[in-house]
Amino acid sequence: MGMTMTQKILAHAAGLEKVEAGQLIEAKLDLVLGNDITSPVAIKEMEKMKVDGVFDRDKIALVPDHFVPNKDIKSAEHCKCVREFAKRNEITNYFEVGEMGIEHALLPEKGLTVAGDVIIGADSHTCTYGALGAFSTGVGSTDMAAGMATGMAWFKVPSAIKFNLTGKPSKWVSGKDVILHIIGMIGVDGALYKSMEFVGDGIANLSMDDRFTIANMAIEAGGKNGIFPVDALAEQYMKEHSNRAYTIYEADEDAVYDAEYTIDLSALRPTVAFPHLPENTHTIDEIHKMEEIPIDQVVIGSCTNGRLDDLRIAAEILKGRHVKKGMRCIVIPATQAIYMQAMEEGLLKIFVEAGAVVSTPTCGPCLGGYMGILAEGERCVSTTNRNFVGRMGHVNSEIYLASPAVAAASAVTGKISCPCELA
Amino acid sequence: MNAKGTVFKYGDNVDTDVIIPARYLNSSDPAELATHCMEDIDKDFIKNVKKGDIIVAEKNFGCGSSREHAPIAIKAAGVSCVIAETFARIFYRNAINIGLPIIECPEASKGISAGDQVEVNFDTGVITDLTKGTSFQGQAFPEFMQKIIAAEGLVNYINNK
Repeated sequence: MGMTMTQKILAHAAGLEKVEAGQLIEAKLDLVLGNDITSPVAIKEMEKMKVDGVFDRDKIALVPDHFVPNKDIKSAEHCKCVREFAKRNEITNYFEVGEMGIEHALLPEKGLTVAGDVIIGADSHTCTYGALGAFSTGVGSTDMAAGMATGMAWFKVPSAIKFNLTGKPSKWVSGKDVILHIIGMIGVDGALYKSMEFVGDGIANLSMDDRFTIANMAIEAGGKNGIFPVDALAEQYMKEHSNRAYTIYEADEDAVYDAEYTIDLSALRPTVAFPHLPENTHTIDEIHKMEEIPIDQVVIGSCTNGRLDDLRIAAEILKGRHVKKGMRCIVIPATQAIYMQAMEEGLLKIFVEAGAVVSTPTCGPCLGGYMGILAEGERCVSTTNRNFVGRMGHVNSEIYLASPAVAAASAVTGKISCPCELA
Repeated sequence: MNAKGTVFKYGDNVDTDVIIPARYLNSSDPAELATHCMEDIDKDFIKNVKKGDIIVAEKNFGCGSSREHAPIAIKAAGVSCVIAETFARIFYRNAINIGLPIIECPEASKGISAGDQVEVNFDTGVITDLTKGTSFQGQAFPEFMQKIIAAEGLVNYINNK
């Protein structure tokens, strides 16, 4: 019985020839990540351990990104705790405001995540790096603490679901629509405890940014990780961003999967997840048949959709148009490099001229922290990843998850819309 | 080791955002987090919960964010055990790591009602509904997990080794 791509990476990191689903292993870590919410708890736990500092100061990434620039005194204290820990332990990859970005956009851009890596992060969207052929998964603060101290973590080897992607997505359909479609199909626990392995010739038609978006939301189907094969495009990305050596793993031909799905990308339509679960998906065609859904706010950003492709498509739609009177549209480039590039390409000017605001990188509104909190009864179309009760603010507010294209078009019309509807 | 208490019952996909909303994550103090536990799904929970009480839920309990603040808030609120049909994986790890006992048992999840008195035996995995006079076989904790729970978390367990 062969191994899946994920199983091969884990076997190697555990120093084993072979692993099977369900097996408990201890694996060497290539990177341990934390942010300003989860690191203070991890630091407190690590201080209780009888250890002398971190296992490797080059293999820890601390990225304050959730409530920075500090939103209040308590957040400032958390950030101070992380900053001082980083200084005390001479952590190489600590990213202060001004250098930081949203962690899951930042780390690949900085070349800290490459194919074959085993990465844990105290943030559930750590699964993003599977786009580059790495095994990466979210953990809590205690696991982060143990990882920082020992460079090791225990895992139960996951089984996998195979998603065979074929064809080419049509105009206005992006990685976000692909992953929302999949979550709608299998449900928010459809991949519970499992790997989601994406394969097929359709992958060649997905940009790296599309793949990051898809892997990012594996957790929204309950997945342990999401992972893509490493093709020429992924290799080119790693060569451009990293000087680290990478290892390409491929699933065995006789690898066993719990389930297999084939998805024709050319048949997908812009897709929106309605409140209050990412699985409550409707295509734009279904939405057209419903009563109009007026909205109050649009957010374009986050670790899911704050990359250049996302900003480019939003700008293409907003160029020469205006955010509907009375609506708010908040655009958040995910990193400083993305911000700079968007500035050079004139995208930020387009956003501001259209009546949107452009923010410094932050997770802020996605988790109801700050920078776009919703009042009672308000509705938001958001390119973020969760639409749980109260996620972006008041317990009686609503989030509709969508692609940057749908979000930008909705900002213009004031209702959930497809760019194809715009004159 | 046993847990015994009154049941608070919830449905599918109780996410970590309702267990402890992110607007309170500017704190990491367990006692302060506990005062907001479950407030977006059950604002009376914190008023009514007593030390030892038990949460029973359905599928995918603890889905969403990796915030360890979620099991920390539940534990600090006094809850002695969470029983569910299934748990989201990060929550499962986090609960064990901080020493909050959790048990997967689909039959108990269906058979137990809000307000029932329930007793859980961690050694055998047997869950007894004292109100209804029924019992269910949950998954017993492996020895190392029992030790982690007894040590009140992974860190103490590692230190004690």
